[in-house]
Amino acid sequence: MAVEHTIPDTAAKNAQGEFETEKMSISMGPSHPSTHGVLRLQLELDGEVVTKADPVIGYLHRGDEKIAENMTYNQFVPYTDRLDYLAPLANNMAYAIAVERLAKLEVPPRCQAIRVITAEMARISSHLMGLGAFGIDVGAWTVFLYSFTEREKLYKLFEELTGARFTTSYTRIGGVARDVPPGWTDRVLAFCDQFLPQLEEILSLLTRNRIFTDRTAGIGVISGEDAIAYGLTGPNLRGSGVPLDLRKDRPYSGYEQYEFDVPVGTHGDAYDRYLVRGEEMRQSVRIIRQAVAKFPGGKWYAEDAKRIIAPPKDKVLTSMEELIQNFMIVTEGPQMPAGEVYFEAENPKGALGFFVVSKGGGVPWRLKIRSPSFCNLSILPKVCLGAMVSDVVAILGSFDFVMGECDR
Amino acid sequence: MVSANTDLTYNSKIEGDVIVSRADAVINWIRSNSMWPMPMGLACCAIELMAVAASRFDIARFGAEVMRFSPKQSDVMIVSGTVTYKMSSAVRRIYDQMAAPKWVIAMGACASTGGMYRSYAVLQGVDRILPVDVYVSGCPPRPEALLDALIKLQEKVKREPSASKLLSA
Amino acid sequence: MSAALDAIRALKARWPGATDRATLDHPAINVPPSDLLAVLRSLKEEHGFDMLVDVSGVDWAVGASPRFTVVYHVLSTAAHDYVRVAVDCADAASPEIPSATGLWPGADWHEREAYDMFGIRFTGHPDLRRILMWDGYPHFPLRKDFPLSGVPTELPDAEVVAETKTGAIAAPMAGGPFVASSGEINMAEAEPRAKDESWTERRPKPGA
Repeated sequence: MAVEHTIPDTAAKNAQGEFETEKMSISMGPSHPSTHGVLRLQLELDGEVVTKADPVIGYLHRGDEKIAENMTYNQFVPYTDRLDYLAPLANNMAYAIAVERLAKLEVPPRCQAIRVITAEMARISSHLMGLGAFGIDVGAWTVFLYSFTEREKLYKLFEELTGARFTTSYTRIGGVARDVPPGWTDRVLAFCDQFLPQLEEILSLLTRNRIFTDRTAGIGVISGEDAIAYGLTGPNLRGSGVPLDLRKDRPYSGYEQYEFDVPVGTHGDAYDRYLVRGEEMRQSVRIIRQAVAKFPGGKWYAEDAKRIIAPPKDKVLTSMEELIQNFMIVTEGPQMPAGEVYFEAENPKGALGFFVVSKGGGVPWRLKIRSPSFCNLSILPKVCLGAMVSDVVAILGSFDFVMGECDR
Repeated sequence: MVSANTDLTYNSKIEGDVIVSRADAVINWIRSNSMWPMPMGLACCAIELMAVAASRFDIARFGAEVMRFSPKQSDVMIVSGTVTYKMSSAVRRIYDQMAAPKWVIAMGACASTGGMYRSYAVLQGVDRILPVDVYVSGCPPRPEALLDALIKLQEKVKREPSASKLLSA
Repeated sequence: MSAALDAIRALKARWPGATDRATLDHPAINVPPSDLLAVLRSLKEEHGFDMLVDVSGVDWAVGASPRFTVVYHVLSTAAHDYVRVAVDCADAASPEIPSATGLWPGADWHEREAYDMFGIRFTGHPDLRRILMWDGYPHFPLRKDFPLSGVPTELPDAEVVAETKTGAIAAPMAGGPFVASSGEINMAEAEPRAKDESWTERRPKPGA
């Protein structure tokens, strides 16, 4: 059901001789449980209704783009982890593919399959967190705890593969850091098998929950045209009815070989965005199962890209040529040709893009990070108008943004 | 010889239903086992902080699961994440609003020293604006490391001469 | 790809100022600032590139001419193609570009960021103020003459500064980061060297 909120005309009300009111200006954030990190919303309220909303961002601006101009391409990988820190493996992949496009480098099929599996696991992890945070924002503690239990199982798998629970720094330019350990893919399948019933249980706590639907249906409605005009991407765009998914429309890293559906919403409200994310998790499991079934053999890095990817350590320690190659790549960086590329990947939060300007050599001249959360948040002043303060909380939860990415 | 502030003994057969102890021991015991955090969750470390609060690592065992975002209801501020210069004034103001006794845990490399962000926008360590009691290293620190920090803080609290501070303040 | 190539061909035919730009992936054109809004409007309304994906500033170097370039990426949600449009700022001392907020409201924040990081002003922008750094920050961080470690600056909140007696310092670099510079390797001088930071936590900056 659509909820109508009209923006009250305070001046007119006061002029009519009714109870005299004043607008109140409050700052929601930057330290606030519902703002998902350090977002500050400067709200102007007439009673409980928002008459103006001005998001102030930049409280987590760490200077990533400037740092990138001072690091080699591989040295920058840990910084990409910390962009969308809920799905670091997906960011790693997007960055690696963008830089590989400078050299038009194709990684072998096994590497592509590993990247797809880890990116989809990262998608599940990110959506679970988004779900949990959304649940907490509207008052559902159980969802948060249940989804964190599932995330801990994912963390265990990530830790086995990469060494870190999250902030994995797993990809390298031209491949991934190491091959999957023996038996890892079986454990991933075992996780998927037990995850789907758990997911149904988690979603059943919210999907037909009267309180949840009252708080989210009809709230934060974004039309498809508005979504495109503000550059929204990901589940926020698909919740508003626009079926754009870069994995299907501009496939990369072997996504074209997997069969999966793309959920698209109809109303563009917070409830639809929640449903889209829930369904995306089911589709991610589908992709993971297909990728593991087709898991190709071969190398996990592009062996013949001698100036880009470092050779395996056992060769470095025994053979002169590989030693020199390793030395050059570690000190000078992977040698990329000059030119400009732009690549966007379908990350859990939206389309994460990297615009790399290279003048040759191992260090980029300019690296612009096109952040999905930055663009998603730009529509906030429009969406929050006329909503009540508690609806603002529901809207923020449904956007599922992350400030690490927004501010870089 | 003055005994340690940690002594807290009770034997119902001898003393009946009365506990005799040092004031310090009782006050410190109460304080250390109900440290309510003020989660200054800024970046990635905040996710590990949430993981500590979730079921696998369960900070509730230590009495610290009450993560109120109100500084007036908290005891320890856990600065988790990168503090930028823009955010630093908010962090300091929230610290000033906390009621004594208060402690600070700097969680993670970014909060301790600025971490790997040696850049123009990042405060090089939250100890430039706050007095820090425990530093936790890691990027992000494992939840076990944060629990270890909490235990170290509890031990630090247990060594404080609380009664004389209260009486002299 | 064909939608993008057709669009580029049509734009070059209609605006002689639009020239091909070297690119490694998507079709790209350079346009002069005077034609920018017309070209973007044509891309949006006539060729179906309805989503503005990104607006980035690029600083080519202190003495380069042109020094600042603004690069727009537009996406067609129907044809799934990208086009890159680059516009050079005429004046390096006070770079100005017309604002695209009339075409896409999403350009608002992107242009504010380009202003914040580079100092590029967008004429016609409804509310051009800093977005990532605090209001009143006196420098433009992504310019090539601004060091990564930053320049000592005062913090905006006077009460906190009085209480803590600290400010935004130049981050201690200990002489690093040690990387080779951008550009093709010249084997003779390609040793990684410390980038512009010649001082450490113990040794103060020379001349400071």
